[in-house]
Amino acid sequence: MGDLDFDVIGRALPYLAHGMQYTVQLTVVAFAGGVVFGTLLALARLSSFKPLALAAAGYVNLMRSIPLLLVIFWFYFLAPVLLQSLTGAERPPQIGAERSAYITFILFEAAYFCEIMRAGIQSIAKGQAAAGFALGLDYWQVMRRIVLPQAFRNMLPVLLTQAIVLFQDVSLVSLLNVTDFVGAAVKIAQRDSRVIEMYLFVAVVYFLLCFALSSGARRLQLRLAIVR
Amino acid sequence: MNFDIFFQQVPDGDGAWWQMLASGLQWTLLVALFAWIMAFALGSLVGVARTTEKRWLIRAGNAYVELFRNIPLIVQFFLWYFVVPDVIPAVKAWVITLDPTRHQFFTAVVCLGFFTSARIAEQVRSGIQSLARGQRNAGYAIGLTQTQTYRYVLLPMAYRIIIPPLTSELMNLIKNTAVAYSIGLTELFFRTREMGEMTFRYFEAFAAATVIYVLIALAANRVMAWIERRVAVPGMIAGAH
Amino acid sequence: MIEIRNISKWYGSFRVLTDCSTSVAKGEVVVVCGPSGSGKSTLIKCVNGLETFQQGEVVVSGVSVGAKGTDLPKLRARIGMVFQNFELFPHLSVMENLTLAQVRVLGRTVEEATAKGAALLERVGLAAQAPKFPGQLSGGQQQRVAIARALAMDPIAMLFDEPTSALDPEMINEVLDVMVDLAKDGMTMMVVTHEMGFARKVAHRVLFMDKGEIVEDAPKEDFFGRPRSERAQQFLSKILHH
Repeated sequence: MGDLDFDVIGRALPYLAHGMQYTVQLTVVAFAGGVVFGTLLALARLSSFKPLALAAAGYVNLMRSIPLLLVIFWFYFLAPVLLQSLTGAERPPQIGAERSAYITFILFEAAYFCEIMRAGIQSIAKGQAAAGFALGLDYWQVMRRIVLPQAFRNMLPVLLTQAIVLFQDVSLVSLLNVTDFVGAAVKIAQRDSRVIEMYLFVAVVYFLLCFALSSGARRLQLRLAIVR
Repeated sequence: MNFDIFFQQVPDGDGAWWQMLASGLQWTLLVALFAWIMAFALGSLVGVARTTEKRWLIRAGNAYVELFRNIPLIVQFFLWYFVVPDVIPAVKAWVITLDPTRHQFFTAVVCLGFFTSARIAEQVRSGIQSLARGQRNAGYAIGLTQTQTYRYVLLPMAYRIIIPPLTSELMNLIKNTAVAYSIGLTELFFRTREMGEMTFRYFEAFAAATVIYVLIALAANRVMAWIERRVAVPGMIAGAH
Repeated sequence: MIEIRNISKWYGSFRVLTDCSTSVAKGEVVVVCGPSGSGKSTLIKCVNGLETFQQGEVVVSGVSVGAKGTDLPKLRARIGMVFQNFELFPHLSVMENLTLAQVRVLGRTVEEATAKGAALLERVGLAAQAPKFPGQLSGGQQQRVAIARALAMDPIAMLFDEPTSALDPEMINEVLDVMVDLAKDGMTMMVVTHEMGFARKVAHRVLFMDKGEIVEDAPKEDFFGRPRSERAQQFLSKILHH
């Protein structure tokens, strides 16, 4: 077992905090972007215009059947090439894994948020939309003012649960050498040869944070269930 | 896109690139298969424990599920691969007798098995709790013991009800095998990356992996749908109970 | 046969049963009625230990139900119970519903159990439905299967927990007919029901419960002739005049 030296954590704390900052940032941005893009995808999937519905369904099903890790690497290698062809630059721009991850997670999570929002929209009685149309509101007004607020509220606990999954999934970017929380821990672990201490610490931090968050989500679910 | 690359020989390896991917796929499927068996058995036990009337069993089951659900999978891989052998001498003694590939394979199975079992436990619990409370009473009323009531009354219906969420858990498991790349298991994603790095044909390599993963997902989906049809109960609308 | 002595039950601080005592003799048919929430379902479930109670004692055929060390499965196997919502096992065929406990609890062979099952299905008029699944039957048919399932265990007594209240009106009589036959054959029965016609026809005694108490426990003639308590009078007038 060797001698454990948990002081290494104290010394590395600023660096780890920096990693955690990136993890939280990426989580928040991907959540916000994913919900917006996912909601649009959900509306597309529910559209009566068949080609649009099919395209959205195809996108969602593709994203949901391949590993996140593969998607992360896809975008890491493809994003520069895509940007080059879009901007007509001479060489692929160097955007780096840290930034490409934002695009990856927004686009990937959108597929999951799409399914959540779709279920949320379908949970709203048809009469609600009909009532909106009867008042003379147009499609976007009905969605924006009547259906989506209710769908969002009903799905809030599920969205939060998915956010916790997202928070954990962000750790996969460490495999692209990005210094997220796990990435920071891996680097310290290797530099100081303190693998056991660092990984245990990371596990405990994640557990405490995610446990607190998921308990909060459960309480919220109970509150909403009572109100309804 | 140029398909020739798949038939080129791997530098200082035996076989062409398509064979490398195929061997990766083999590891992916093997890990998924064994982890699924482990997860299904453990998940069923823990899920049942959480529906009993024994308070300590419910607590222990809840703790189990929370433990595996609130730590990122990649961190769990590191814990099983680096920390567990270091902390438990008996595991270390066994691990050093294994060749690295074996060690990676066992780690991947155990890690994904526990990780997935927590999710299956959650499904089994909610499946049993979605059954009418009277079903349990009806089992007891005709003289079945608690074990018999689970075996003949509650579980057969609960499993039928949770086939759709189990299907997504199976697909999640298959996708999660890619994280075994982090401990160096030469599964499909590992081979894909390797091919990209050694040939600089990232696009072809990733496209091939994408197609393969989509096909596995489709196949898993079909198999579960077939099972669902096979065990469907006449006169019952799916999910209506 | 069934002795209920001074039982009380609380859910937390809420008292659902208050000092209830009664008995059912061999061959006797006792109907339990009362407004919803009066505790009658809870009371009948105490008889086979599906509900626990904190005070008092229930003795069935000499066995104390609540006592530690009582083999509840063995006791329950000898008392048949019919539920409001039938509670047939939806994944088993009608015949399998009838044979499951015979084989697993009583240790009968599949052949014996099937023969017994077929005879009972015949008796409740559903011989042709044996291979079907519960979901393919009407509510009345399902409840008759449920009665046959309980009878298949050769019970010494039968408990009925509102057996007709989940049924469409046109199906109530087919179930009541089976129950009347059973009563006439001398089966010991404790029946929670609002079907006063059934009570008049076959009951020996009627229990009236309200707010967790047994308010009235009288021979049928007395109960319908001149109920003593005001609450029972009000209940009867509501139920008979709607």
